[in-house]
Amino acid sequence: MRTDRATAATITLLAAVFAVYFLLPFIGLIDRALDDGRTWDLAHSEQTRKALWLSIWTSTLTVALAIAFGTPVAYLLSRARFPGKPVVDALIDLPIVLPPTVAGVALLTAFGRRGLLGKPIEEWTGETFAFTTVAVIMAQLLVATPFYVRAARSGFDSVDRRLESVAYTLGASRTKTFFRIVLPQMRPAILAGIVLCWARSMGELGATLIFAGNFEGKTQTMPLAIIQAFETSSVGLAGAIALSLVLLAIATVLLVLFRVVTSRGAFQA
Amino acid sequence: MVAILAGAFAACGGDDGDDTAPAPGSPTASPTRGLTGEITVFAASSLTEAFKESGSAFEKAHPGTKVTFSFASSSSLATQINEGAPADVFASADTAQMKVVSDKGNALESSIFVKNTPVVVVPKGNTTVVTFADLAKPGVKLVLAGKEVPIGKYARDIFAKASGAGGVSSDFSDRALANLKSEEANVRAVLTKVQLGEADAGIVYKTDIGAASNDVKVVDIPTQYNVNAEYPIAVVKASKNAALATAFVAFIRSADGAAILDKYGFLKP
Repeated sequence: MRTDRATAATITLLAAVFAVYFLLPFIGLIDRALDDGRTWDLAHSEQTRKALWLSIWTSTLTVALAIAFGTPVAYLLSRARFPGKPVVDALIDLPIVLPPTVAGVALLTAFGRRGLLGKPIEEWTGETFAFTTVAVIMAQLLVATPFYVRAARSGFDSVDRRLESVAYTLGASRTKTFFRIVLPQMRPAILAGIVLCWARSMGELGATLIFAGNFEGKTQTMPLAIIQAFETSSVGLAGAIALSLVLLAIATVLLVLFRVVTSRGAFQA
Repeated sequence: MVAILAGAFAACGGDDGDDTAPAPGSPTASPTRGLTGEITVFAASSLTEAFKESGSAFEKAHPGTKVTFSFASSSSLATQINEGAPADVFASADTAQMKVVSDKGNALESSIFVKNTPVVVVPKGNTTVVTFADLAKPGVKLVLAGKEVPIGKYARDIFAKASGAGGVSSDFSDRALANLKSEEANVRAVLTKVQLGEADAGIVYKTDIGAASNDVKVVDIPTQYNVNAEYPIAVVKASKNAALATAFVAFIRSADGAAILDKYGFLKP
């Protein structure tokens, strides 16, 4: 009895310490932001608007591409049997466990001006990837798609195969079965994948900095703008705080939306 | 003080085998005695190799001391110091960033310890930019450091100076800056982008070329357009080991310290 109480107290204490550690940086951010009269102006400066818009549209496009190309990969990983499948399965996770800077360097070796494909492409077309918005999306795609594929794959794994069989028995086509039976069951997993992929794209820094560079309106996404604000010592930390606050607000809205959508999905299922 | 320490280090440094203490009764013995502990030196990226060697020489001259470094753009370091980062010495690549720190009362008296020369670098084998004036040619992929990063500021100052000086067109600065593809975090990131061949040209310090000389070619900036990069150094006010910090600054300014900096191509102030 006494030991139970001690255990409960220990658990509560450890959780409380963690909670304080976890919350304090965000409280600090908000506290400094409210304290600093420049926050509002800095948060909606021209540069912030450009960076935010670039981040949002590139991340959204990345998610769209991840769905288009990642869903078939997830389907094959879940349903098909092919030689080397465990290797492919592990390779998909590589960008999740590697630092994004590695992804940036790797992208250079493939698509840089001296890269495997980048060099012939420049010779044929005169175009290069570095310093373009395309490079931003390529960086996001490499580091963020695995999060979507992972989630979609577990979605396919969780589908009740018996329901599929019943649909076929009743004469439904494969396509119809996929959209009417398989996809609805996968919705929570797909949504989770989309959110993770989008959030990871929004936060992408290392690969973008190395492969795409940093230029306002073209390659400067929000995380890069925060780095540049940090270098802008004349403004001090205020600029980085204002930008961080904008991202914090977006992340909060996104998480709440995600909760609402997935819980509604759960009720329907 | 500086002269005395210079004498002390002249006795200890230089020859690797010479670890003997100054002769008894020597006036140089007393000021260096009793230095212990650890200091952190915040230094401009361009000082990386030179200061690492200076740090080793200093530690050798004062057994029991340890000098650690944090290299980044002077403007990032200035932000960090003003936010209370545990720096003992600040060596900036321009006076503006030293002023950012001293204006907040965070640095003691500073003095210029070296000068440096900005140069244009181009990838070896890339003939897009052959002369300084070529920087304004349409289609050049130019990379500079950020506006408040010292080398980024020097580069913009050089462009402005060239525009007003005749010899190049009066809109030279606008046209060169229209070629700007990326604003990098520090001088070494600019050099890397050129080394990789992603950029056609960048502006760095002459001292940065060192190890990159196999990959890049220097295009000199005409003297009448160029600016002198002046590096100030100061003890950080919040230093917990001001004695050691002061000794390190004195060493950097001593004949032995100057010899090391000279080896890496830095100019006397």
